[in-house]
Amino acid sequence: MIDRAHIGRTWPGWEVEVEPGRLRLFAKAIGETRPEYTSVAAARAAGYRSILAPVTFAYCLGADDPAGLRYLEEVGIPISRLLHGEEKIVNYEPICAGDRVRVTRRIKDIYSKKNGALDFVVWELAVDDATGGRPLARTETVLVVRNG
Amino acid sequence: MADRFVVGSELPALALPPLARSTLALYAGGSGDHVPLHIDSVFAQAAGYPDVFMHGMLGMAYVGRLVTTWVRQGQVREFGGRFVAITYPGEVLTARGSVTEVDPNGRARLGLTLVNAQGETKFSGFAVVDPA
Repeated sequence: MIDRAHIGRTWPGWEVEVEPGRLRLFAKAIGETRPEYTSVAAARAAGYRSILAPVTFAYCLGADDPAGLRYLEEVGIPISRLLHGEEKIVNYEPICAGDRVRVTRRIKDIYSKKNGALDFVVWELAVDDATGGRPLARTETVLVVRNG
Repeated sequence: MADRFVVGSELPALALPPLARSTLALYAGGSGDHVPLHIDSVFAQAAGYPDVFMHGMLGMAYVGRLVTTWVRQGQVREFGGRFVAITYPGEVLTARGSVTEVDPNGRARLGLTLVNAQGETKFSGFAVVDPA
């Protein structure tokens, strides 16, 4: 059972630059071959600041946490019993290579189903422009923990 | 563009190649999700799975390609869904979508799915897209 005292907990967050090489690798991994996802020139011709991050990429900025997966340990979630249950992404404006972003993590909710056989932890990630503070994206992630 | 937002209109389906283990390794690198369940079959088996399995977010990224091929990425306001079933290497996935609602302002809601060759649903989701 995940301790409900963690509901509302917020992590201090971190800043990170969206690297072009990472976006190219991400595009390759998902089979995205359109040029605005890999080429600066093509992205600019299409009206973007630089290489465009695909529509689900905001979620991946949560993986840049300098403390790695410690946030899971701090809440008592073992990786081997973890599944991704649901995801929702709201993009306010495209994220592009070279953007410097501030990422903040928060627990929105914790609940159980099936008499405690499954725990659900709802995480929110806020991705904001690090300089001006403009919101770029919000993600809501439901992680499922199998107990026993 | 907006005239395509008609309830029942279908997006051209996106057929994916059989899921390769190497794709999971690439996705782990590109996404930053290094959870070993997806890239280390020994770890996955010790955790009770028959093999490594696809990151749910890779499946969602495929569905995202479907959507952003049909509308410009900047039109996608919201994109979400549930990861319904686990996908193993070798499975052949197809992303499908259709318009389920159009509001008076011309904004459309899409119903989206990712299914394998046997018709098993892997991801069931939605997107809210602005008119062009």
